[in-house]
Amino acid sequence: MTGHAETDGTTLDQNVVPSIDLPTAAVDALARSPDDDHRAPTIAVDGFRVTATTADAYTFETATERHADLSRAELADAAHDHDVLVADWYVFEHVVDDEGSRGAFLRWLEGATERLERLGRLDDGRTDAADASTSDAAERSEPTTATAIRDRFRSLASGIEHDWGQLRITATIADDGTRRYAIRHVDAAGIDRDHLEAHDDPRDARSIAKHDPDGRYRPLKTAPTLPTGWVFPDLDARECYETVETFYPATVANWDRERRGDLDVSHWHETMARQTGIYGLIETWDRGEGHEHVEWVAETCCADSQCLKRREWEYDAETALSVDGGDGAFPCREPCSLVVSAARRWTKLESEAERTYEFDLTPSEKEQLEALIDAVADGRVEEIREADLSEGANRYRTRFLRAKRFDDDGALRGVPTDPEEGTTDE
Amino acid sequence: MQSLVIVAHGSHLNPDSSTPTYDHADTIREADAFGEVRTGFWKEEPHLREVLRTVEGEEVYVVPLFISEGYFTEQVIPRELRLEGWDVDRWDSDGLSADQATLTATDTGQTVHYCGPVGTHEAMTDVLIRRAETVTDDPDVGDGFGLAVVGHGTERNENSAKAIEYHADRIRETDRFDEVTALYMDEDPEVDDVTDHFTATDVVVVPLFIADGFHTQEDIPEDMDLTDDYRTGYDVPATVDGHRIWYAGAVGTEPLLADVVLERAADAGADVGAAIERVRRTTAVAAGNR
Ligand code: SF4
Repeated sequence: MTGHAETDGTTLDQNVVPSIDLPTAAVDALARSPDDDHRAPTIAVDGFRVTATTADAYTFETATERHADLSRAELADAAHDHDVLVADWYVFEHVVDDEGSRGAFLRWLEGATERLERLGRLDDGRTDAADASTSDAAERSEPTTATAIRDRFRSLASGIEHDWGQLRITATIADDGTRRYAIRHVDAAGIDRDHLEAHDDPRDARSIAKHDPDGRYRPLKTAPTLPTGWVFPDLDARECYETVETFYPATVANWDRERRGDLDVSHWHETMARQTGIYGLIETWDRGEGHEHVEWVAETCCADSQCLKRREWEYDAETALSVDGGDGAFPCREPCSLVVSAARRWTKLESEAERTYEFDLTPSEKEQLEALIDAVADGRVEEIREADLSEGANRYRTRFLRAKRFDDDGALRGVPTDPEEGTTDE
Repeated sequence: MQSLVIVAHGSHLNPDSSTPTYDHADTIREADAFGEVRTGFWKEEPHLREVLRTVEGEEVYVVPLFISEGYFTEQVIPRELRLEGWDVDRWDSDGLSADQATLTATDTGQTVHYCGPVGTHEAMTDVLIRRAETVTDDPDVGDGFGLAVVGHGTERNENSAKAIEYHADRIRETDRFDEVTALYMDEDPEVDDVTDHFTATDVVVVPLFIADGFHTQEDIPEDMDLTDDYRTGYDVPATVDGHRIWYAGAVGTEPLLADVVLERAADAGADVGAAIERVRRTTAVAAGNR
């Protein structure tokens, strides 16, 4: 799949920088920009600069050229001669118009690393583009900015792809230099859009994300159970962001904080200590006897097979968990509500004392129990074929085990669960 | 830019729990009163802890889609949103009168106007009446009809019963329905005995709940004998003991609830322009349907 085929029918050579039909609004914005420091183009960031000497006399400069005393019409000509540079400036300053997480994400989606780096790090105060580009000498010696922008346009012409969870996002470029985006399931990467259900409203992502392919409600948006078969073939920048936000809420905001070195992580211990009401009791699960139970929770809920967020929280700031946090593109900064709810259940279950039970099982029966637990834990039950009696979790195998080993009360081997209260006996 | 955030409970089990929240957010988006409208949940995503990060504006109106003042509106939401210096006294409420408090969210630095829940706003009375119009498909319903407003009861939260009484009283004062009664799921007067409380043949029953779920779709229909088994559904109206029961389901699903969200934000100082009028108009039941 190539991106340009998604947006229009024209065939673009991958090695050619597309020519841009610069919108009038871009030239208008350019003519206004010398008085507007924040949005004025700079050579370091945009590859060119416009300054005004008088009301209607402009200077247009790049790293290698300088055109002074330009009239408004001549400025427009200069802009058209450098259409790619002006279009890129215009798109980020006036179309995307955001230096927060949305703007950062849209820069990342097309590999605009030089622009992304310009978005400040929150923790050491905002270093914005204006501050970073005051050194003219440094700019002049670096024509690489313009080259990087042209390279990016060349890549956009054939489509730049990024994955976000189970989303495959393709950024392309329209004739006027604005970006178009296609979003589909990663598993639908090679499928022609005509064979997918097309959507144009970001809110459609709500109903797509609501149920898994088996029709079960998905309580965790970042579970790797997103159904496929759909495409948002032609979104603008705002719609692209909203669609991603709907599929994976707040992931962009947290990714951006992490990128800026400012992700606030709430670890297990403090998160559970914060709970009140019916969740207040979870705190009692941390009995000062280590954190093995939290390892089990993380292994259970947060593995990549269960959740695409990369777990960044640990037991506490000093005590890391040994289980892997996963490889997701976006971080998880605290135990989610699903984990908190599950923890409440485990707090109750794990308060029980262990007992010793005695069962007689054949070696194969013991292995079958293990296979059953594995199959349920890995969500493989549905895959096991009806007649595949080599699988311990096969339905006939399981029914046979039940027929042989359960008593009328459903107790294994007739051993009561609570020996004091049990009525069945061998 | 002023931003609106609607916060609600959500559910790990019930896929319909979030539906009214999304629907009302969409209605308000279309009415164009806010630069952005976002939703946040206790049990879904974005979580209350993170929803403010998805908001680009600096001036945020937060409206809880909850029925009454209580544990969630007073403790959970302000804590999870990290509203600096929150104390329930900031609302100075008698259990029904919370309007708003202006605080700073420590997480994002935004100014948050934290509003009282939709359920206790006086405009909610209109939504209950509108719900009766919708379920009967009659914009003039009232004459010859009884109306029951149903709530949980005081078991978990005394303010919940206060809200039910408050709206039942207000509807009664309009003289629009022949009889108006507040009924409860877990205390007297009980919804089980709904027909004992009305002489009118036709009775509209509206649960003061935000979303349809276990209580409104399973418990209440079975308690009222609309059906033996909720899975087989029930008729609207259903005949019980010689009465016709028009069971409306959760009031929170009524499109006019978007108006209450707007009113809450407007009371807190949001400039909503003509949006309230627009929402009232677009969500109305067409006249002459019956
Ligand atoms: S706590 Fe675990 S399961 Fe929940 S969102 Fe984070 S990584 Fe995923």
